[in-house]
Amino acid sequence: MSNSTQPRPDAREDAAADAGTGASPRRRWILALALLGAVAAFSYLAFGDIGENLIYYWSPTELREAADRAAGANVRLGGLVEAGSVVYHADGLTIDFQVTDGKSTVPVRTTAVPPAMFREGIGVVLEGSLSPTGVFETERLMVKHDNEYKAPDEVDDRTIEDLVKTMQFERTDT
Amino acid sequence: MLKRALKRLWPGIFGFSGLLMLLVGSTLALSWAPPERHMGDVSRIFSIHVPVAQNALLVLLFAFCFAIASLWTGRRRWDAATTAAVEVGVVLTLLLLPTGMLWARPTWGVWWTWDVRLTTSLIGLILFATVLALRSFVEDEGRRATWTAVTTIVAFVDVPLIYFCVRWWRSLHQVQSSPETVDAMMVLPYRINAFGVLFLAIYLIALRSRLEMRRLAGEEVAPPPRLASSTAL
Repeated sequence: MSNSTQPRPDAREDAAADAGTGASPRRRWILALALLGAVAAFSYLAFGDIGENLIYYWSPTELREAADRAAGANVRLGGLVEAGSVVYHADGLTIDFQVTDGKSTVPVRTTAVPPAMFREGIGVVLEGSLSPTGVFETERLMVKHDNEYKAPDEVDDRTIEDLVKTMQFERTDT
Repeated sequence: MLKRALKRLWPGIFGFSGLLMLLVGSTLALSWAPPERHMGDVSRIFSIHVPVAQNALLVLLFAFCFAIASLWTGRRRWDAATTAAVEVGVVLTLLLLPTGMLWARPTWGVWWTWDVRLTTSLIGLILFATVLALRSFVEDEGRRATWTAVTTIVAFVDVPLIYFCVRWWRSLHQVQSSPETVDAMMVLPYRINAFGVLFLAIYLIALRSRLEMRRLAGEEVAPPPRLASSTAL
């Protein structure tokens, strides 16, 4: 610490360089308005019903409920690949499987090349449409994995209920 | 004496140790940590994507705080710090997007999709790049400081959305991990890298702030007279 009362020359220089245009009541009002606007915009986006219009994918149950409206429309369907449902066709292109949310299932047919993560029990998000025969046809198959990263020797012993939760069908406000 | 040396050198100390941590953390992530049971080796990108993403949001939070201080005090140092933090935030956002895409293609199967996490991140990049673009158009120092701070505060609205959107709305992007959901041998390299990126970001913000202070001080004085070429030669 400096024990002289006079600030050192370089400190005085620093202060002069830092002065800027100084505090002003007008600018503090602008600050208050900006913060108010930011809080209002955030609250609207976070807690308004914008989420209702922001549905990235439908669950199999929601797709079934919307049956007539959904037929033929381009939508995203999300869910788990049901255990034991995957059938690879002999043409080497077509794959059939069932997508489930634990309550309803939707049959899916795709000719997309699945990512290496694709397997039974994994989450998927599919872009396509429901055919008149009730099969969801998709050319865009995306894998939705969860936030667990474990070593190869650890066994994945999660139940179907645990895995359905990773699909975030319900909003978790935590 | 020591205090003055420290005042001059502290950013460099942060920068050097940040770089060192990134080197150690990345080496551990690539060699010591196990591959993920379902993803294999591609999961190792976790150790750089997540630190970059978290620090991008953190640095933009710094920018938000600096912007408030700038409007409250009108002091030049906070205006310089706001600009510096926004610039580093933009650089980190520019890094988080491609590291995420490199991870997404082999695991999700796509480079890009318009889910909330990816979309809000891209919007954040555009918003904060706009802050910098706007700043470069304003001549008057007082007005420039005010505009920079106000646009930074408004753009910051997107930052908590980037963080929370995966919990609030359905997305292809997974929610945040925790030490319980990640193998301990993957957590350690990630953590070293997280501090590494943070220290490096602090170094860059400090350096960029100083540069901006000098640039602003230089605006006050008239530009130096040009050397007449005849006398110089």
